[in-house]
Amino acid sequence: MTGAMTAVETAAAVRSGDRSARSVVEEALAAISEREEELHACNTVLADAAIARADAIDAAVAHGEDPGPLAGVPIALKDNLCVQGELTTCSSKILEGWRPPYTATVVERLLAAGAIPIAKTNLDEFAMGSSTENSAFGPTRNPHDKARVPGGSSGGSAAAVSAGYVPLALGSDTGGSIRQPAAFCGVVGVKPTYGRVSRYGLIAFASSLDQIGPFATTVDDAALLMETIWGPDQMDSTSIPSRPDPIGAGSDVSGLRIGIIEELTDVEGIAPEVRASVERAASGLEGSGAHVERVSIPSCAYGLSAYYLIAPAEASSNLARYDGVRYGLRVDGADVAEMNAKTRAAGFGAEVKRRIMLGTYALSAGYYDAYYGQAQKVRTLIIRDFAQAYERFDVLLSPTAPTEAFKLGAKTADPLAMYMSDVCTIPTNLAGHAAMSVPFGTGVEGLPIGVQVLAPALGESVMFTVARAVEALR
Amino acid sequence: MSPRISPEQVRHVAKLARLSITDAEASQLAEELGVILEHAEDVAALDLSDIEPTAHPIHLTNVLRDDAPKPSLDRDEVLAAAPATEDRRFRVPRIMGETQ
Amino acid sequence: MTTYETVIGLEVHVELSTRTKLFCGCANEFGAEPNTHVCPVCLGLPGSLPVLNRTVVEFALLLGVALNFDVPPSSIFHRKNYFYPDMPKDFQVSQFDEPICVDGWIDVAGERIGIERAHMEEDTGKTTHMGGGGRIHDADYSLVDYNRAGIPLLEIVSRPDMGSAEQARGYVSELRAILATIGISDVKMEEGSMRVDANVSLRANSTDALGTKVEIKNMNSLRSLGRAIDSEIERQSVMLDSEEVIIQETRHWDEVAGVTHGMRSKEGSSDYRYFPEPDLVPVAPTDEMRKVARESVPELPASKRERLISDWGIGPSDARILVDDRALCTYAEAAVAAGGSGKDVTNWCTGEILGYLNEQGSTPEALILRPEGLAELVALLADDTLSRSLAKDVLEECLATPVMPREVVERRGLAQMNDEGELAALVDEVLGRNEDAIAQWKAGDEKARKKKRGFLMGELMKTSGSKGNPKVLNQLLDERLGD
Ligand SMILES: [Zn+2]
Repeated sequence: MTGAMTAVETAAAVRSGDRSARSVVEEALAAISEREEELHACNTVLADAAIARADAIDAAVAHGEDPGPLAGVPIALKDNLCVQGELTTCSSKILEGWRPPYTATVVERLLAAGAIPIAKTNLDEFAMGSSTENSAFGPTRNPHDKARVPGGSSGGSAAAVSAGYVPLALGSDTGGSIRQPAAFCGVVGVKPTYGRVSRYGLIAFASSLDQIGPFATTVDDAALLMETIWGPDQMDSTSIPSRPDPIGAGSDVSGLRIGIIEELTDVEGIAPEVRASVERAASGLEGSGAHVERVSIPSCAYGLSAYYLIAPAEASSNLARYDGVRYGLRVDGADVAEMNAKTRAAGFGAEVKRRIMLGTYALSAGYYDAYYGQAQKVRTLIIRDFAQAYERFDVLLSPTAPTEAFKLGAKTADPLAMYMSDVCTIPTNLAGHAAMSVPFGTGVEGLPIGVQVLAPALGESVMFTVARAVEALR
Repeated sequence: MSPRISPEQVRHVAKLARLSITDAEASQLAEELGVILEHAEDVAALDLSDIEPTAHPIHLTNVLRDDAPKPSLDRDEVLAAAPATEDRRFRVPRIMGETQ
Repeated sequence: MTTYETVIGLEVHVELSTRTKLFCGCANEFGAEPNTHVCPVCLGLPGSLPVLNRTVVEFALLLGVALNFDVPPSSIFHRKNYFYPDMPKDFQVSQFDEPICVDGWIDVAGERIGIERAHMEEDTGKTTHMGGGGRIHDADYSLVDYNRAGIPLLEIVSRPDMGSAEQARGYVSELRAILATIGISDVKMEEGSMRVDANVSLRANSTDALGTKVEIKNMNSLRSLGRAIDSEIERQSVMLDSEEVIIQETRHWDEVAGVTHGMRSKEGSSDYRYFPEPDLVPVAPTDEMRKVARESVPELPASKRERLISDWGIGPSDARILVDDRALCTYAEAAVAAGGSGKDVTNWCTGEILGYLNEQGSTPEALILRPEGLAELVALLADDTLSRSLAKDVLEECLATPVMPREVVERRGLAQMNDEGELAALVDEVLGRNEDAIAQWKAGDEKARKKKRGFLMGELMKTSGSKGNPKVLNQLLDERLGD
């Protein structure tokens, strides 16, 4: 699939003048042309801007200036990240044609590091979905098998990396939207600790759960991207104010205590070959000197239900602003309320409407305590249970997704079945912790499987160490 | 399966959420939301009376910004994004119902 | 006809005079070109996030001290969800069950008025209704300007402790003076930087449960607040007398017609779906922040009034006028500091000077006459150099041109004639010229005598060029006429 260079290699080659950024970008654009028609990973290709930026980097190198640690590395951005003047749609008709007048903090940091945004990638509308089928602009297909979904909601970014368009991409993860598509597409995907990466310029789905994170083909590339985008940001009140320590390059797991989460691994619905991959990764780590044990985190069983109350509740409020007044779609009406209602009915897809309805209901008078309030208490339980587990373990393991990639259309008629594919990733978001998916093994259909490495808040360093060790076992 | 939410409730919620829906959509949403809420019963049924809710995963306080002006956006650019404008402002159909 | 007990509670929204908005760096400025003070945050653009203005928290803590509030260890923001085109996000960031200030009070005319809470929230944009009668429901369409969206507000909610329009006015007036004193707002009701909504209910006697609460809005002066409350009391009394049911609603005050109008109630009940704002973190005022607030609150109006009454010997109504007008009070205090007597300075300030300012539409800071000048004028009056009428002349000139009173007196030779010998000669001269008048005075009845005496006094003043000491002249005249 990708015989291309890693981001680390590309940046080194461009920085030393061995390769021009221009040639890197042209190669990426060629790869996109070749497969984009069948995959539809991108909503917009930023060809002209990317070439102009590549030329500027080549000029900087020629002048002996430092072009940055990601010099010349093409990167794909999930189309819910704002880039000034570029179409930013969230794969929704309601935002079609909208060009933000400002740029997300993470993108500013990428540009400062010399990276070259080359495409805005497809997603489930407003990041609500697990298959990228809920895009107003059509589904993305899995590069490993066109009949299958790439996962979601960051399916376009996962597919772009998997198909070799780019070595790096950014996605956003609210309940697994980076890790699950990474698993389905056979790439590395990271959900950082809540607050580690600025959300300024990320179009909100569920504000207390959303985090931006990297996709890459290797753990090292993911670490490089992570270190570029993270750190405090004054534009985001929920940004952790301390500067993060470097991730480091370690892969030594000897002496580490690793727990396999029973509730996410040994339960009905987890495909046997998925469980087997986790077992093989665990025994490999054991062979490298780690202590591996099963651990029970009982409240994980309630994660899915709590998530599907909290996330829609926040979303119902975050998405109220799409009302046809200031930007985006408008459908006329006799008065402003009718205009709002018609605009929203025409502009939002079925899943977005479903979640807005669910969230509005969960917050409404008479139901708040039973649903939203109760879900917030479950959140407390999950945090408490994880805290207990992390007293005994440095990191935890589980599958990233219950199965390998499923076929397009397989779950579109059954929202709950679709939601179930996030069951392993959701607890991390509720707790605000870090987790990442590392490709490890294949399923009965020969499709990639991801092993999830979970770490406590701010535990990125040990998480990457274990991820590297898993990667080395392949 | 007994739906936990009636089409009438769905229509009320749709009004709160400013979504125009047809009767057929109301019935379908009642059914779909019913299934999801049925699943959420495991959470609704837990006795969590002694547990504090968590609104947010991190515990920061007093994240404050200095009261220092920053540049605003260019008005023409702002208005260019709008579906309808007039006399330097955003134009909307007439407003029924009270102001808050 | 029954008499009812009136129960009034007030919700006061105050726009804070910060440099920037509540959650972004856009300028907080009244009257700018439409939609020029907007950015991704206050326009609610997708992806934008709020960051709280430190000064707003500091102002809220000042208010906490000034209104005797408790400030709990932590307070949080909630989202109040409802659709309205003047709200860019279609929710308002406000505070709900954990506000920054709780359980305060102030004393108004000897009565303690409880204040339930004060909380921080963002203002909405401004809608202009076009076509039709220019009123909201008749309009063909509306135009929205978001400059005001995101301006910081403090909402101050009183307890239902007031029993009359007069008391409500007193409360707002005192609140306004306090807010001006701590310097957190312009508190201009006319410009909307202070907005007062009143909840009014009536009950037959004080043991009954509270009656149905009606909210009245749109009063843009203290006077209209009083009128609106009285009008609402009257409306409800008439209804209760005829056993009509009062519905809980919001009514708009119509200043011209002098009545309140019911507003079309919104479809469905209001269900704001409050939940904690996930994009902001709690505000937990530290000991240091509390200490700074305590030490920054200046002398408050009530104690200042008491001090002026006892130190300057002025009356309560003059004290209120001065303390309610901070600039005038500062001016008067400076004049007293320059040696003027408190009582005399106050008389001039609340009399001629205030009259002049009102007539000119000017402010004390802009007066050409500096406080030292007023002190000098007061001294010239006190030592009989000037009569009151001469002093008014001098003041007039000093208000118009930059000269000190003593210079005017010297240049125009205005000093009062106080020398008794000189004045006696003057009296002799004037009486000598007016023997007819003296004869008429002698022959006349009481009324005629009074008239002639007035004539002679006028002649004396005229002859002295208005400079004769009127007290002495009066005395001399009495002696000569043998009255
Ligand atoms: Zn702004």
